[in-house]
Amino acid sequence: MLVKHAASTEAEIRIGTDGKSLDTRGLEFEINDWDRYAVEEALRIKEAHGGEVVVVGVGIDCDPTLRKCLAMGADRAIKVPIDTGMDPYLTAKAIKEAIKGEKFDLILAGVMSQDLNYSLVGVLLAAMLDLPFATAVTSVKIEDGKVRVLRELEGGYQEEDVLPLPCLLTVQSGINEPRYVSIMGIKRARTKELREVKVTLGEPTLVVERIYHPPIKKAEMLEGDAPKIVDQLIEILKSRGLI
Amino acid sequence: MRVFAIAEHRFGELNSISFELLHLANSIKGSGTSEAVIIGRDVAGFARELVRHADKVWVISDESLENYNPDLYIDVLLQLFRIETPDIVLIGHTSQGCELAPYLAVKLGGSVATDVVGVNVSNDAVTVSRYIFQGKLMVDLKITKLPCVLTIRQGVFKEGPEVNGEVINTDIKPSRSPARSFVKFIKPEVGEVDISQADVIVAVGRGIGDASNIKLAEELAQILGGVVAGSRPVIDSGWLPKDRQVGISGKTVKPKLYLALGISGAFQHVIGMKDSDLIIAVNKDPEAPIFGVAHYGIASDLFEIVPLLIKKLKEIRG
Repeated sequence: MLVKHAASTEAEIRIGTDGKSLDTRGLEFEINDWDRYAVEEALRIKEAHGGEVVVVGVGIDCDPTLRKCLAMGADRAIKVPIDTGMDPYLTAKAIKEAIKGEKFDLILAGVMSQDLNYSLVGVLLAAMLDLPFATAVTSVKIEDGKVRVLRELEGGYQEEDVLPLPCLLTVQSGINEPRYVSIMGIKRARTKELREVKVTLGEPTLVVERIYHPPIKKAEMLEGDAPKIVDQLIEILKSRGLI
Repeated sequence: MRVFAIAEHRFGELNSISFELLHLANSIKGSGTSEAVIIGRDVAGFARELVRHADKVWVISDESLENYNPDLYIDVLLQLFRIETPDIVLIGHTSQGCELAPYLAVKLGGSVATDVVGVNVSNDAVTVSRYIFQGKLMVDLKITKLPCVLTIRQGVFKEGPEVNGEVINTDIKPSRSPARSFVKFIKPEVGEVDISQADVIVAVGRGIGDASNIKLAEELAQILGGVVAGSRPVIDSGWLPKDRQVGISGKTVKPKLYLALGISGAFQHVIGMKDSDLIIAVNKDPEAPIFGVAHYGIASDLFEIVPLLIKKLKEIRG
């Protein structure tokens, strides 16, 4: 189970003074939204079929997210304390190294990260491990050494596929209702194993040259207090014959 | 540069992203070539369409390739690329492309970047531009390892020259049976309301906060003679049924009025509503990307604006 301690998109995001990094002081970090669903799915599979849920996180400060997964019910955590920046290839490579020696039936990851939005780490790892895989999964059913999945396609269509185990799936949000963390869960998480695995950072494949605000045309903003804004809004709707 | 574009089709139709990839390929190839790859069964017709915009079209045809299967597609692509070596491989940022690109990158010993909206090639150095934080910021990335595989956002490279190259029929066949087996397609659920037919849509996003607040949007929609729709987080939370989802994995809508309440404006949503006649967005975050697509924006709390708007509309209606 791969998880990311990701920056929230809700807060104001400031660009660093070098123009090629993010000012982390303004950022709030949390478990990546897609990964919440993936952890829940992993826990449900374990509850139905037995086994162990191991969460793996890459990042120097990813402990809170790993602890959260343990509090949700994961059995143990592996932390890879390196900063892979904006290079998902390095993240996947680090995970590959970190889980060497681990036996697994299924690897789950979220479809994408909420901050960098690449949708890469899961499938990169599948390729590095030569695993069968499926992405954007909206249903997972374990059947006798196989897994039957639904995948989300464009325009509301879905596709049903069957994969052998072991394999790797990336989980789409909305697949389940992730559980809340209980006080008991938090207490229990304190006694669970969170192991650090050191790996060496690979050669970068993507180097950040510049981070900037997108050059977009802006909407005409309606200003003033609420009554004034609503009056303008009504005028716009009237002029378009909508009321 | 030798630039390859992997064409995409489903249900017997070529996805227009295939041409957009070729337009991009033609603009960055320099003294090199733009080369399409079409994989499937009976795809000669597609090859004839593609070749109008490509220097070469490589056709890989087999019965087993009728429906997309990542294991077989990757297998045949690697056979082709072993002989015809790419510098850049372009793929649509689609449900297929997001599977093929990373896997190919690893097997080609190259690099990969996704959801790319700009590519710059100078002196054999490749730089790509993409959004991060769901549209709030952009980043330029230098690719340090070729070949690079890029997934390209739909709708960006719409125009390009005619090239009229040649079609090459390969005898490449899958060398293995797939690990993953395709079972069937499942059609979209049909609900009681077809939002794609509505003149007025009141759409809610994460900012609506809670299921109990949906009724606020419903009241407004009723007064305006419209329907309520939602973005992905609202559907994921079960606050609205799946058939009310606007966006790439839901429906594409073009109403006369699209009122976006508490929607941040991720690309996956915007692609489904950007062609609406009039878009008005309410979001308390003045940096929300939705204001990049809206005609009018209100950077306020929707819970201040919407109740007041409902009250005024009721007064007008008497």
